Amino acid sequence: MAKADIEILWTELEPGCVVTEPGSSKAYRTGDWRSFRPVLNKDRCIQCGLCWIFCPDMAYAQDGEGYYESNPEYCKGCGVCAKECPTNAIGMVEEEEPEL
Amino acid sequence: MSNVNVFAVKTLTQKEYFSSGHRACQGCGETLAVRLVHKALGRDVVVASATGCMEIVSSPLPLTSWEMPWIHVAFENAAAVATGVEAGLKALMRKGKIPNKKIHVVGMAGDGGTADIGLQALSGALERGHDFIYVCYDNEAYMNTGIQRSSSTPYCAATTTSPAGSVKPGQTTWKKNMPAIAAAHNIPYVATACPSYPMDLVEKVKKAAETPGPAYVHILSVCPTGWGMPGEDIIKFGRLAVETGAFPLYEIENGRYRITVDVPELLPIETYLKPQRRFRHITPEMTEIIAERVAKEWELLKRRVEFSALD
Amino acid sequence: MAKQVGMEVSIAAAEAVKLANVDVIAAYPITPQTHIVEHLSELVADGELDAEFVPVESEHSAMSLAVGSQAAGARSFTCTSAQGLALMSEIVFIAASMRLPILMILANRSLSSPLSIWNDHSDVMSVRDCGWIQLFTENSQEVYDHVFIGYKVSENHNVLLPTIINMDGFILTHMFEPVYIEDESVVKQYLPDYVPKFSLHPDKPVTMGAFAMPTLFTEAKMAQNEALKASYPYIMEAWKQWGDLTGRYYNPIEELHTEDAETLLLTMGSFGETAGEAVKAMREQGKKVGLLKLRLWRPFPFEELRRAVSGASKLVVVDRAVSFGGPGGPAASEIRSALYDMDPRPQVHNTIAGLAGRDVTVNDFIQIVESAETKKTDDYEIYGVRG
Repeated sequence: MAKADIEILWTELEPGCVVTEPGSSKAYRTGDWRSFRPVLNKDRCIQCGLCWIFCPDMAYAQDGEGYYESNPEYCKGCGVCAKECPTNAIGMVEEEEPEL
Repeated sequence: MSNVNVFAVKTLTQKEYFSSGHRACQGCGETLAVRLVHKALGRDVVVASATGCMEIVSSPLPLTSWEMPWIHVAFENAAAVATGVEAGLKALMRKGKIPNKKIHVVGMAGDGGTADIGLQALSGALERGHDFIYVCYDNEAYMNTGIQRSSSTPYCAATTTSPAGSVKPGQTTWKKNMPAIAAAHNIPYVATACPSYPMDLVEKVKKAAETPGPAYVHILSVCPTGWGMPGEDIIKFGRLAVETGAFPLYEIENGRYRITVDVPELLPIETYLKPQRRFRHITPEMTEIIAERVAKEWELLKRRVEFSALD
Repeated sequence: MAKQVGMEVSIAAAEAVKLANVDVIAAYPITPQTHIVEHLSELVADGELDAEFVPVESEHSAMSLAVGSQAAGARSFTCTSAQGLALMSEIVFIAASMRLPILMILANRSLSSPLSIWNDHSDVMSVRDCGWIQLFTENSQEVYDHVFIGYKVSENHNVLLPTIINMDGFILTHMFEPVYIEDESVVKQYLPDYVPKFSLHPDKPVTMGAFAMPTLFTEAKMAQNEALKASYPYIMEAWKQWGDLTGRYYNPIEELHTEDAETLLLTMGSFGETAGEAVKAMREQGKKVGLLKLRLWRPFPFEELRRAVSGASKLVVVDRAVSFGGPGGPAASEIRSALYDMDPRPQVHNTIAGLAGRDVTVNDFIQIVESAETKKTDDYEIYGVRG
């Protein structure tokens, strides 16, 4: 994983600031932007894949049983999946404030 | 309820070429469009991007969301850079300096980078006949700089430089017809698309890639931030844009027009406009003007389909 | 064996680009650069050069296209003048920041307005801080040789910076001069195929042109500045290697009659030949006058300059551009600051002459030196202006 920008020395930059690790943004977790999270009701899910294909954050992946689950590390909680689910199998649930 | 043939999307590749961890807004329609375009194109691509939302959200040093080779240079020159890449790869392959292999070269920009500041570079690139695909991700304003109007902003839409006032209705001009401008270069393939219709989009991008010579794909990319709507509704509004005739889905293959998502009867335009904050000020008179224009354009498109089928 | 032939300097430049076996040429016509791109298009049309000749729709796209092709790993070339450079200048800066070793010939011409197609250095001075290696040439041979030398330095993985070769518009571009045309084998030996450090290819994906937050931007600029400074020994080495192969050696500052000179004249580009005649004439009159011809503009040869001027009491810098509202000409301004710490340092007199191709003769140079010799403090003047 790449160092954080604040830690990088000028001598460590590639010429022209070329980034050599493809897809390295995966190190940046967008999940904490979320105030609602999608929750799947497997009884209703028909495994059609619409939640997966309409996700702008590439947060969905299929589990071993074929269900699509959103990855909390990246899901920003936009709710497109819940809205587009043809069987209303996804609900949006408010995230609880972390206890201090 | 979705228009999509449920399950059809499962035929699309699981592989992602645009990675998570990008910093686009919640419910970004443009990101979704980028994701689908690259599912269609696969691994062997080089992308030249203009400055804009997609550039900023995807490439904050030292991170990148791009899984394939990607270059950003400036705002107005994505087409020139892309065709430079194409010319370079072509020369290197011909001279035996790199192995011969089909690599799709893609130029990408928003509506400002395409219809405004990048129009000259795009026209030059299309005219010269390079084998490349140009994708315009149209979210109908300069969203990255804070929702200023572009020539692709629709009539009456309020933006930060086309505010709705007591005298002005918001944007005072009609949306520039970029696909028609691209088509006027007599290039082999032009299409419009929208991520609300993922299979249609993927099919068109694949066709664009398989077409030798320049191809132009114009994708309506719903922007919840700039248009004023919940992020969860991006698919719905893309669908409404198509079903009201505000953004018809069609392709022009070697001059022949084809409507790819037919709408037997257009929905009333206000069903698309009214729920959006950028249109919330519009009066029934403005709505009427827009409805007339949309109906006329739709008829014109159908005529073009008929005429171009004649030869 | 190299053979000496007479040809227009622009044609010689294009012939060098051919021998450098470039892969992509981005071409947009502007006087006085046109003969270079015209001849290149002929070479490609006749199959003498296997390259993509791309006739773009503007200079902005010419530089953008060269950035794209160079980033794809192709040896790329473009050339322009004046307004063309101004139009493309946004991308000129970016090309250096992205460390893409493009070669550009700049057929120097005045910036508008009034519109003028004639020669001075206002165009190149407008991109002084663009981050490219920048060289001035005096004759056909120097232009020809520096096409190879430029690529050699630029493409070195310790350098990876683009190079501008300045050649004065008309005075050089449209002149017929003798030039030694090198054998292909010599050029091949000197300049092997370009091997990019990074290139845009799906087998090894990289991201180029990512943006930096304020937390990293300063580091990026530090790295860029250090890279340009660090190119100096590689330029020296490339000159030495070319000299060993061809017998033609080059230096950051060329010196003429400087050994015991009390007054030194300093010029850039094609002024050198005329100024050289003037210095010879003054020497014949017993005057201790010498000439410095500044070849390397970026990276600036500080040490060389200080060494070259030591012992002289007056340095007369002839600029071909005006820094409006500033300290005179841009070259003199830089030279003054380069010599500021010298003790003793020569007085620096600055003359701005030859704007937009106005002729500067041997007698003019003599007059410029004689006038400077009467001055007591650093100053500047625009030479020969009426009224």
